[in-house]
Formats: sequence, C-alpha cells, structure tokens
Amino acid sequence: MPDGESLRRSPLDEQHRALKARMVPFAGWSMPLQFAGILEEHRAVRNQVGLFDVSHMGRLYVSGRDAAGLVSRAGTYDTRRLEPGQGHYSLLCQEDGGILDDFFAYRLAPDRFLVVGNSASADRDREQIQGLLEPHTNATVEDRQKTTVMLALQGPQAVETLARVVGTEATQGLPRRRCTETRWQGETLFVSRTGYTGEDGFELVTSVEPGRALWEKLVAGGVQPCGLGARETLRLEAALALYGNDIDTTTNPWEAGLGWAVTLDDGADFVGRAALETARTRVERHLACLMALGPGIMRSGCLILHGGEQVGRVTSGGYSPTLRASIAMGYLPASLATEGTSVEVEVRGKRLAARVVPRPFYRRPAA
Amino acid sequence: MPVPPELRYSKDHEWVRVEGDIAALGITDHAQEQLGDLVYLDLPEVGTAVHQLEKLGEIESVKAVSDLFSPVSGEVTERNEEAVKAPELVNQDPYGRGWLVRLSLSDASEVDKLLTAEQYEELVAQEWAE
Repeated sequence: MPDGESLRRSPLDEQHRALKARMVPFAGWSMPLQFAGILEEHRAVRNQVGLFDVSHMGRLYVSGRDAAGLVSRAGTYDTRRLEPGQGHYSLLCQEDGGILDDFFAYRLAPDRFLVVGNSASADRDREQIQGLLEPHTNATVEDRQKTTVMLALQGPQAVETLARVVGTEATQGLPRRRCTETRWQGETLFVSRTGYTGEDGFELVTSVEPGRALWEKLVAGGVQPCGLGARETLRLEAALALYGNDIDTTTNPWEAGLGWAVTLDDGADFVGRAALETARTRVERHLACLMALGPGIMRSGCLILHGGEQVGRVTSGGYSPTLRASIAMGYLPASLATEGTSVEVEVRGKRLAARVVPRPFYRRPAA
Repeated sequence: MPVPPELRYSKDHEWVRVEGDIAALGITDHAQEQLGDLVYLDLPEVGTAVHQLEKLGEIESVKAVSDLFSPVSGEVTERNEEAVKAPELVNQDPYGRGWLVRLSLSDASEVDKLLTAEQYEELVAQEWAE
C-alpha cells in the first residue's frame, strides 16, 4: 500500500525501516504493523518483553498553578486527587456526555501534568483543554507530540530490562500506574508503570534523539520490536477498550465498564458531568466478552444474535494467540451479558457459536 | 523464497502443481507474507465441484480474511487436514507442506492459461513497485 505524502512519520521511522518493519497508515501516521510477525511479537510480550513505538499517541504537558483544575475539568476523573507520581485513566467528553477520547493523566509535580491521549484525537484533546483556559487561568498547554518519542516496554521481563539500560533508580519499587522522571543521556525521561497489553511494563517519553538511542539500545539488547498488530491482539486479550471501536460519542461509560474513570461523588465539575449523572442511572447494556466455540474469526462489525434475534454487534474482535480461539467484545442487553450466555456471531454469512466469558480474556499470572 | 519454476500461478497469488490429471494448489510465498500469520483455513469438502476463478474458500490471518479463488476447475479430491489444524504450515512452507487442496482437473487446458513462474515474478515486482 502506498504510504502517501501526507502521512506523518514517527521519529523512529528510520529505525523501523532498518528493521524491515511492514509499515501501514494508522490515524494519519505511517507506523509499523509488524516486525517479526504478529504472533511472535505477541508471544514475546506475554513471555519475555517487547518494545512498541507509540510516538503517534498525543502528549500534552499542562503546567501552572491551575493545571490540576484544568486537567480535571477536561476529563471525567478528578485528577486533583492525584498525588505527584500518580496517574489515572479518564475520559474526555462533550457536553452531552458523548466520549471524544480516553486518556491517561499523570501528575508529574503539584503544578505539572502529562496527558496521553489517542493519536486520532490529539488535536481535539488539545482544543478541549485549551478551550477551558480563561483569562485568569494560570496554566499553559504544551503539545510535545512532535518533539518527543514515546515507547512502551511491555512484558514480564520489562523491569529487569529497563533497569539494565536506564538504571534501577526509575524502576525500583515503582508501583502500577505510578510515574517518575529520571535522566537518560542527559535528558529527562518520563517513566510510568503502565501499558496497553495486560502485562507488566512501562511507558517512556523523552526527547527525539535520546528516544532513538533508547529504542536502539533496547532492541540491540534483544528486546523484540513490536508493531500495531500485536498491540491490538494484546489489548484485546486484556479486554482494554479501544477508542473508536468499543467507546465513542454514543457510549455510556458504565455500560463500557469504565465507571471507575468517572468521579461524580465529590462534586467536581467537568465537561459532560450533568449528562453523565443521568447516564449512570440508565445502564441497559454491558460490554461483554465473547469467545468463539469453533473456527472462524469474529471481527468488529459482526452481528451478535441470541435466539435468532440481533442483540448487538462486535465492537472489537480477532484472534487470541494465547487462547488459540477467536475472541470479541460487544454490547449486549444486561440480561444477556452474563457469563455462560450462548450467542451466535454472524461472520461473513455464517453463524459461529460463541459464549459470554469473564472479562478480561487474559490476566497475567500473579508475580 | 524463490518462485518455483515448475508451478503455474494465478493473478490472485495461488499456485498450481499438475500431477497427472490431479492439480495440487496453494497460495504463494508472496501471498502468505502479505497476509501475515495465518490462523484459520476454510477449505471445501472432498467432492465439492469448483469452477475456475470462483470462490474456493477463505483464508484468515490475525489481521484479515481473504477469499481463496480456484485457479482451475475440477472436483476436490483431498484437502490438507494438517494445514487446517496448523495454518502456520502455510506461512512456513507455502509450496510444500502448506498446500491447500487437490482437485481432479476437469479441463487441463485451463492450466496453460495460468501465469508461468517468470510472469508471476513480474506481477509481484509490479505490485511492489506500486
């Protein structure tokens, strides 16, 4: 497929081509689909460690005395609650409660936040946050998507791997969802114990040159480079929602199982609050996890049937390398979204038997 | 992987190996590479009559599903059950253990109209250039 002139290139584009990655257009970017192959990369992350270039993700640094209030008003989670070094998942909504993006907010310091959102929504996120700035607001919003590299190092060996390369200072005892800043090649390196794979691991942000050096050093050290293909199969097994597939402007956060990202109890004001107060009382469907009982792959858009009647649609689906079966997520009426319910999924004119299974499909073994 | 010179090819990236009045067929190395890791093959049952250029089955990788078209007409005499159980065989050995079905040829002249290895290599080179 031709890349097209208009696609944005990752700062690691040269590195990807040197590794003979298969590049694909994704949300306006040219990004690696795969290096060694989706299955091999998937297994590397589940069993050892893998490295993703996620430089296409949005990165906004919000700083100033009113930064906490600003980030808090832009999303559903009250980020004023976060201590420095803590991060939390949140939803960026419009006034009617429709979800425009999901993001992670990290409090780096009392007056400094990093907001990481989806690539396709990066401009919208920035506009929404900037739109909340008032003349008296003491906060600045800096978009560092172009000037930084973002990597995700994921897998059971992520801790020892990162410690070997950047030292133990940043990695030792950093709990899940916590973040810190350390030094790497004379520059600031943001490190968070987060990811989108269901495995232990880190997300890392630093300037372009040190970011390239970090990628190269990790790969030279034997870490498997991974592309968007494995990122998708891994997040699906972990049943993590994907914006645009599982959540969009029509989604009720509680139906998506994302009520924990919405703070309604402390009166915090945010865009969409009034609508979400109503939505919480109107939960009629649930995002259910389905596993196919036979061959065939359920994919996004497939109809879900129960007793011959259409009851929903697959919002995300694919092949699970870990379970060696097709898995999918889709909204079902609450009465059907219970473990063990038998459904059929229409795949290219054929009906596959599937069953509602617990969420997530894959949970990493306890350490 | 070189394109085996003794086989004939379709524009849909299938290969045909003539063994008397039987034809074995599969997908090319180029095709398996484009599809990526294969996870599911939907092949016709033995006895199914197939017509040239009509849909023969489906071949599904982690990322996408593709239709399989029959490069020749005939009746399915055998399908590769080993590959159905382990579709990665098609990735690993597309011209050998990863064959898909065998057909009894109903019109051997159809084979002559398929691409030669040289013509197929040219087709692939053109696709890369695009």
